[in-house]
Amino acid sequence: MSGVSPVSPWRGPAKLVAKRTGLALVTLALVSAVIFTISGLLPGDAAQELLGQGATPEQIAALRQEMGLDRPALVRYFEWLASIVAGDPGQSLVANKPVAEIISERLPNTLILAGLTTLFSVPIAFLVGIWSAITRGRAADRALNVMTLAMVALPEFLVATIAVLIFSVKLLWLPSITIVPQDLTLWEFLRAYAMPVLVLGVGVIAQLGRMIRAAIIAELDRPYVEMARLKGVSQSRLIFRHVLPNAVGPIVNAMALSLSYLFGGAIIVETIFSYPGLASLMVNAVTSRDMPLLQACAMIFCAAYLLLVLIADTVAILANPRLRQG
Amino acid sequence: MLSRRVLLGSMAAGAVLSPADQLIGKPRMGGRIRVAGIVASTADTLDPAKGGNSSDYMRLFLLYSGLTQFDGALRAQPGLAEAIETDDNIVWTIRLRRGVQFHNGKSLTADDVVYSLMRHKDPAVGSKVKAVAEQFAGARRVGPLEVELRLNGPNPDIPIILAQAQFVIVENGRRDFSVANGTGPFILKAFAPGIRTIVRRNPNYWKPGKPYLDEIELIAIPDELSRVNALLSGDVQMVIAVSPGSVKRVKASSSHMIMETKSGLYTDLVMRQDHPVTGNPDFVLGMKHLLDRDLIKRALFRGYATIANDQPISPLDPYFNPEIPQRAFDPEKARFYLKRSGLLGTRLPVYVSPAATLSVDMGSILQEHAAQIGLKLAVNRVPSDGYWSTHWMRHPLTFGNINQRPTTDLMFSLFFQSKATENEAGWKNPKFDKMLIEARQTGDVALRKAIYGEMQWMIHRTGGVGIPVFISLLDGYDRRIRGLQPVPLGGLMGYTFGEHVWLDA
Repeated sequence: MSGVSPVSPWRGPAKLVAKRTGLALVTLALVSAVIFTISGLLPGDAAQELLGQGATPEQIAALRQEMGLDRPALVRYFEWLASIVAGDPGQSLVANKPVAEIISERLPNTLILAGLTTLFSVPIAFLVGIWSAITRGRAADRALNVMTLAMVALPEFLVATIAVLIFSVKLLWLPSITIVPQDLTLWEFLRAYAMPVLVLGVGVIAQLGRMIRAAIIAELDRPYVEMARLKGVSQSRLIFRHVLPNAVGPIVNAMALSLSYLFGGAIIVETIFSYPGLASLMVNAVTSRDMPLLQACAMIFCAAYLLLVLIADTVAILANPRLRQG
Repeated sequence: MLSRRVLLGSMAAGAVLSPADQLIGKPRMGGRIRVAGIVASTADTLDPAKGGNSSDYMRLFLLYSGLTQFDGALRAQPGLAEAIETDDNIVWTIRLRRGVQFHNGKSLTADDVVYSLMRHKDPAVGSKVKAVAEQFAGARRVGPLEVELRLNGPNPDIPIILAQAQFVIVENGRRDFSVANGTGPFILKAFAPGIRTIVRRNPNYWKPGKPYLDEIELIAIPDELSRVNALLSGDVQMVIAVSPGSVKRVKASSSHMIMETKSGLYTDLVMRQDHPVTGNPDFVLGMKHLLDRDLIKRALFRGYATIANDQPISPLDPYFNPEIPQRAFDPEKARFYLKRSGLLGTRLPVYVSPAATLSVDMGSILQEHAAQIGLKLAVNRVPSDGYWSTHWMRHPLTFGNINQRPTTDLMFSLFFQSKATENEAGWKNPKFDKMLIEARQTGDVALRKAIYGEMQWMIHRTGGVGIPVFISLLDGYDRRIRGLQPVPLGGLMGYTFGEHVWLDA
């Protein structure tokens, strides 16, 4: 938004968005301090984990010095912050590789899984939400309500386990683990991703569907809807032309939350399907006390979350004429 | 002085079919399988010195060969070494097999062996077996295919020690382990740490006719339930470490089987001897009588375990002492000893964790039995993460989990010698330490057996650990896979399945 001319009507929103961006950056800086402090509180360190149960205190001290773990925390924090800002999250203590390289191997996997799940679940969530809203109080709405509530309440590991037992072990239709070899045909690709996308989709569809329903119903109760109805606007035109644009703020916010969950919170699905994504990489980093990797993952998740929320806010601001005035 | 002994003869080499082999038919060439281990992380390695978990060992044994190899009875068989000889257990002569080639075509020579053995002593290498390699005073090339290995002190177990995964042979001067150049049955095709290892058949492998499979893909599925599901759904053909609770499911499938490998692995109750309560000899005896070994074997391990006797040498070990009477679950005796210790009525925390196999359940059983005789145990369950560095051995009562080591000497020197860092219970016995050295120095196998037998008595009587059972290792596999046989040191043939298995049509 920075290249807008001063007289433009976009000036108000541009200022608002700039303010939000600034706030996001401050949040990110605070989070970095928290991540650093908390990861330092974990019992044991990379030197101990790497040398294992049988290490002597001298061996551990020597390795600590080599890794630079013996220097004061504050010094390490600012060095780390400086290099992160410069775009280099450092060297992994465990894998002997740059953290950036490790993450770049996993990030595409996470993006593919999150992307596919979004493509699959967002349209369905809209269908569910809209249908449920326009049939409010009737049988269809109640049935959808019970279904989405049940879907929200079911823990992911249960859905995943049952799905694996039915579709993989009993019927032998779909693979029970998601292996991502190179050069897959489209059919193989879809088969490989079917289960994790389905399982992740259950939660997203239910959450998002309910939010969309609530947002639309809130609008349907407004006087302008009554007015439009009286003027004889058709149902579909009413929903898509009048109601949805007004409900877009809460809906994009709900979407941002769901998507950020797909990004960093897919750990259960990654574990059950043995999928090499970012979340399991981070858990891996915690158990091996690979702090640079752990901190880089945490920062990525946090940055992605803030970015998605920022986008949602921006969309909401642009969609709402009152906010647009600044 | 003893006469020169040949510890490994070339006679035993070659593919001699055992009766079991003949039963399951002639090996078939070709095919591809996918195998699931338990651990995958960014620390996955192609450097033998850094191998530290079951997945690493499997990967290393696919790509490299050792000077010796274990057989099903934990004896060393010839590998790259045709023969290993010594007069005094100090100076060892290793004669190498002729005509062995590395994957890049280079021939195996004495220099490769000298380099591979001595690099473990270099602190910069960061070897997991540096402590073991410290006993190597030096290795030198005697001829193109002959190496002399000199030790700092006598050790009759060298052929067995050299069979471990970390001591496989790499090429002279090799520092870059982003690729693997070994002499093993398979050649590296793709390697992504934390994700997968793919290997293809080595057509020039030094064992004629082996290996049988064209390709093996090694992945890891840390979650046990998912691992078993992947086996049953046909996504993998072999899995390591099936839990006793899943055996029924695997056996119910008409196309899958379970291999039980009896082993010396154990989960033990650790009673710190430097603590006033748990260091009381009567308390220790009382607790040992409180272990309900039969129940633990039956209920926790569904029978896939061997009753143990509070000493770490399993019946599989050639030095096992069968004369020690079995200690049984006896609440009356336990009450007697605990009463005599004056500690009945005290409240004691015991730390359990999923990190030590089934210690959570063992702790609960122990708590129940203790309560019945008036001893209050508070079971503190702590997470796996950080358990070994923050809890194990650091409270008066914890649970440990010890993998069988290949020799009696290693079991004793790592976990029971007074100065050992992993002497779990902090048990100090100067006589035991002296006998350990004595056994190492004698060339007389019968005498060594007598000394080791007495040492087992000592741990059984006064040692600070209660060892209820030795845990069997369980692996699951597709029925079409043939050639698997138990090797007690680890699952899937002590991690060496690669060159032995084939796929039936």
